[in-house]
Amino acid sequence: MSNSALIKSSIAKKYWMAITGLFLCTFLVGHLLGNLQLILNTGEEGRRAFNEYAYFMGHNIFIKVLSYVTYASIIFHAVDGIMLTIQNKKARPVNYVYTKPSANSSLPSRWMAVLGSLILVFIVTHMANFWWKMKISEEIPLHTYKLKIDEHLGQSPNIDYYYTHVPSVNPIPKDTAQIEEKGTELFLKSSNLKLAEGYRDLHTVVMDFFNPDVNNLALLYLLIYAGSMAVLGFHLWHGFASGFQSLGLNHPKYNQLIKRIGQGFAVIVPLLFALIPILIFIK
Amino acid sequence: MASKSINITLKIWRQKNKDAKGQMETYTLNNVSTDSSFLEMLDQLNEQLINERKEPVAFDHDCREGICGMCSLYINGRAHGPDRGITTCQLHMRLFNDGDTIYVEPWRSAAFPIVKDLVVDRSSFDRIQQAGGFISVNTSGRTMDANAIPVPKVNADKAFQAAACIGCGACVASCKNGSAMLFVGAKVSQYALLPQGRVEAKERVLNMVRQMDEEGFGNCTNTGACEVECPKGISIENIARMNREFLKASITSEK
Repeated sequence: MSNSALIKSSIAKKYWMAITGLFLCTFLVGHLLGNLQLILNTGEEGRRAFNEYAYFMGHNIFIKVLSYVTYASIIFHAVDGIMLTIQNKKARPVNYVYTKPSANSSLPSRWMAVLGSLILVFIVTHMANFWWKMKISEEIPLHTYKLKIDEHLGQSPNIDYYYTHVPSVNPIPKDTAQIEEKGTELFLKSSNLKLAEGYRDLHTVVMDFFNPDVNNLALLYLLIYAGSMAVLGFHLWHGFASGFQSLGLNHPKYNQLIKRIGQGFAVIVPLLFALIPILIFIK
Repeated sequence: MASKSINITLKIWRQKNKDAKGQMETYTLNNVSTDSSFLEMLDQLNEQLINERKEPVAFDHDCREGICGMCSLYINGRAHGPDRGITTCQLHMRLFNDGDTIYVEPWRSAAFPIVKDLVVDRSSFDRIQQAGGFISVNTSGRTMDANAIPVPKVNADKAFQAAACIGCGACVASCKNGSAMLFVGAKVSQYALLPQGRVEAKERVLNMVRQMDEEGFGNCTNTGACEVECPKGISIENIARMNREFLKASITSEK
């Protein structure tokens, strides 16, 4: 009985909502710190640093494991939430004619399922825009740049160079006649000789995405992004402290603290997320 | 304070029996004393309906002093009406104004089927209690004096506050999910906090939660609506305690 109780019972479903939800809060912090590099490091240095970071996030084995836990948490949180909502609707088959819920509960607490669904839609579009291109379709071009010391090498000043994985390797000219890209690896054309590994230029893709000079729809994307962050904020406003309550972590000494931290988290994290594309847009 | 009379319009849910389709009916009631309680006002309406040879409105009531948990009613969108910490029998007409329209509906929950009009069947609460809301006491005649067992004052007070639950069902009625977590949380807590209750604590919480789920109550979203509307001011701290008890019991129970 105890085993099925930890999966099937109403209370256990809430444990899983809380555990996955609070784990996803820690994911948000990590994701935010990564994103903040977009505005904290500027210029070519910032671009390099961000692309190196993106490469690390895609190749480190521990990050990889963590990313699978994150995907699983998102799916579990959504599926569990939908199941709970269906049960909750069944528990009141006939609604009240006149009801005044604002008298006893906060708006976000009553709209968690709707807010969560909107966040899920955002996550799908967000992953289609960046994650899919980076990991699945590999549409994102490799990081190339113009070398300042062109003349010393006797090359044409207009030629692009690949930014490669090994700093000690000489810059590799982006010469499609001689260099072949296979994924992120650079090969000497018609041979198996691997020259180096390049970085995907996620930085430029993100910057262009929210840059009105490059992308006509940048303003629309910015509004959708900022709006989604507001939705996330409302979801967290209730969700953070609610997770603690579901796990039974309720104590008069700490309740106010948990509530305040949750509300602070709900304001600061989405605000910083939204600030990044806003700064890119107005730059 | 001088009493005055008000005229009101009532919109009341009428339903012949469990299976009939119900609807809201509108009634006008004049000369209602602001000193009367809400239930006295309904008595007055029923007198008027009987004089008009119409079927009176069925509603639950018993002690009329806020202790039995029998009265219910979802009044103007809130369980036990406006005002806090009261049952419907403690709600007075002075909170309403002349010309007001008052909506009166039964508790809405799949686990509280409507018997007639505003009367709902709350026996699902009884079945939850029967699943574990008790302590087994040996009544051989040599029972131990309860006062011989030391209980911290804080725990005794909290157990007492949880035991104040009168099982009226306002928590279920107010919850957007029709969840009975506050009721079950209070019943689990009142025993979990006392040494006598610890003996059967694991089976109690597992059995009561299983029964709660079987009755078709919804899940807890932690909106806190229940504790606001609870006539006895029972805290959702009791829900968290039940969540802790359930986790411990699920992991460590022998069964």
